[in-house]
Amino acid sequence: MASQEILGRDAGSRVSLMNDPKIRGIFFQIVVVALLAAAIYWIVGNTVENLRRANIASGFSFLRGRAGFDISDSLIAYSSDSTYGRAIIVGLLNTIVVAVVGIITASILGFLIGIGRLSRNWLVRKISTVYVEVFRNIPPLLVIFFWYFGVLSVLPPPRDSYHLPFGSFLNGRGFYFPKAIWGEGSWLILVAFVLAIAMSWFVARKARQRQMATGQTFPILWTSIGLIVGLPLLAFIFSGFPLSFDFPKQSTFNLTGGFQVKPEFLALYLALSFYTAAFIGEIVRAGIMGVNKGQSEASFALGLRPAQTLRQVVVPQAMRIVIPPLTSQYLNLTKNSSLAIAIGYPDLVATGGTVLNQTGQAIEVVVIWMVVYLGLSLVTSAFMNWFNAKMALVER
Amino acid sequence: MQKHDLSYVRAELAAAEPAPAGVTGLGAWVRKNLFATPFDSALTLLGLLVVAFVIPPFINWAFISAQWTGTDRTFCSTIAQGGIQPDGWSGACWAFVNAKFSQFMFGRYPAEEHWRLILTVIMLVVLLVPMMIPRIPRKGLNAILLFGVFPIVAYILMSGGWFGLPHVETPLWGGLLVTLVLSFVGITVSLPLGIVLALGRRSKMPVVKMICVIFIEAVRGIPLVTVLFMASVMFPLFLPAGMTFDKLLRALIGVALFASAYMAEVVRGGLQAIPKGQYEGADSLGLSYWQKTGLIVLPQALKLVIPGIVNTFIGLFKDTSLVYIIGMFDLLGVVRLNFSDASWASPQTPISGLVFAGFVFWLFCFGMSRYSIYMERRLDTGHKR
Repeated sequence: MASQEILGRDAGSRVSLMNDPKIRGIFFQIVVVALLAAAIYWIVGNTVENLRRANIASGFSFLRGRAGFDISDSLIAYSSDSTYGRAIIVGLLNTIVVAVVGIITASILGFLIGIGRLSRNWLVRKISTVYVEVFRNIPPLLVIFFWYFGVLSVLPPPRDSYHLPFGSFLNGRGFYFPKAIWGEGSWLILVAFVLAIAMSWFVARKARQRQMATGQTFPILWTSIGLIVGLPLLAFIFSGFPLSFDFPKQSTFNLTGGFQVKPEFLALYLALSFYTAAFIGEIVRAGIMGVNKGQSEASFALGLRPAQTLRQVVVPQAMRIVIPPLTSQYLNLTKNSSLAIAIGYPDLVATGGTVLNQTGQAIEVVVIWMVVYLGLSLVTSAFMNWFNAKMALVER
Repeated sequence: MQKHDLSYVRAELAAAEPAPAGVTGLGAWVRKNLFATPFDSALTLLGLLVVAFVIPPFINWAFISAQWTGTDRTFCSTIAQGGIQPDGWSGACWAFVNAKFSQFMFGRYPAEEHWRLILTVIMLVVLLVPMMIPRIPRKGLNAILLFGVFPIVAYILMSGGWFGLPHVETPLWGGLLVTLVLSFVGITVSLPLGIVLALGRRSKMPVVKMICVIFIEAVRGIPLVTVLFMASVMFPLFLPAGMTFDKLLRALIGVALFASAYMAEVVRGGLQAIPKGQYEGADSLGLSYWQKTGLIVLPQALKLVIPGIVNTFIGLFKDTSLVYIIGMFDLLGVVRLNFSDASWASPQTPISGLVFAGFVFWLFCFGMSRYSIYMERRLDTGHKR
């Protein structure tokens, strides 16, 4: 570029303004801005005119109106007398719940599949490959329909529920499992749990410092597990076993008690987990294959055991490759949870759609959607960037 | 060399010993690949268990017990459900797929006009196959025919209204037809648009760059469902009263814009991977921006990101199924719609329809991914760094 500028300056008097890249750039940008402004002006004008004709007041005051529709799954208190705003919050919470549990399951399944594709075991390798090739090449909506219409809706009625271990049931109305009821003094357990996590973090820090200084290792993993399991257990015993279960009971037509997971949620959760796991499996495989073979060979040459090699040499380097695409898969899962609308699980898009149909406030509802999803994307990628910066190898 | 004539020295080489019995043959392969360690053996047994639980029941369901022909739901229901099958029967209801096949393919497009769609598909295949085989010459002409002439001819043929062809409204279109129309247009629009957006994002003009970044990041941050909602609910608000767009066209715009944002990021990845020397070399030859981009940078960049481009295509193809949510019936939508057909309602109907639709989607997507692997190998000039 520098050479061009010099050329341009030398021949400044002879080159017309039209051929000066700088002038042309500015001119082009002015044209773009003008066109964009004109388009926006036209769109805004039409919109205002259309809204006036349809008698729709713009603005977010409609959120205080009475919703008048019921929502089947709600984490917070909600009835049809609640406001539109509350309905949308219910939807948002549902989106977050299904995204979080979906991400956890998909990660576990995906890591297993990814390792399975690199396994020495021929059968495991083939099963993992078939899984990935099947789920990568069909639409997520079809997977959701498959679980919802193909599997869950043909389950028997509550009368003939399947009995599963631990007093849980599975039938056409969903999955029922015993609900834990925490008695008095159970706060102690929570305190002990938080304390245990804090202590294991502290121990891990100290151990790493000691290892850096002296080279002596310390069994961090076992200590942490001992702390995190042991302390709450002690608190549990100390406070006199403050835990009872509310088992689901079978009556003639329905199951009462326990905790019910609706088939809509189950279908969405299973489909998103199974679908995303195939992609995560491929990412994990690429990550592990991306670590140079010399790294593990050098590690063996230094006398590290295979388990140590994997944990301290291969995985940290593979994570650097894995994390960025993994982030985008997590975001994809969150965005795909909007397919809930197709089977009637009340997530953000589904409740927002109902609000939109009732009030006609298209622009406001779409703005809420965009703000929420962009916000979730930004929060997830900020967290993953922080995690990525932590995992990245410090180079000289 | 001294010549020895000793009878106890061998004059010829001994024949090679066969490999030890433990390292060749089927038994060794099994031992190495399935039962190398106790843990491996356990995994193998677990895998065999999975296979035994999945494969034989599936084959039984899909082929042996399946009902291939029939005229209504009784053929796919057990006696207890009011049908003809024995109680406890479980098999695929291919009779349902068979009876609804033309709907799955063409939606509610009038049956006597189906020849127009079949002709269009034949034209597509005739133009697409030579395009995809690298050895066949005249790629330029082929591309003009495929991406310039074919869409117009196909539109006239499918929509009608000219040359004495009866007009067929787009709400009547459906099934695989809509899936293919959406994907073809989405693919042909999103690639050039994505390239323009990617170039804009790397542009030195701040205004252009900002517009492109905002567009790309905003679209990538929201789900396609909301984009489609926007296209179907907000678009009419933006237009002057009385001016309306076809619903299919609105969905097309939504899908194409959505895919182009993803395409832009893929192309940007390729543009960033081109070494700076290529840009400088083009500058020093005195090429203009468009010559530099079109002749030097893009051919290399696009080649690098073929897998990413095809992945975006596959994603787009799968995403077309989402138009069901705004009330259009692509292949998956038509299948879903037919679940509520009372004359075919049986417990086996939904899963049979879904397995069929899944198989069709799978064929297209798997085909695309295999083709991309083939092209990647072919175009690999060994410059990979």
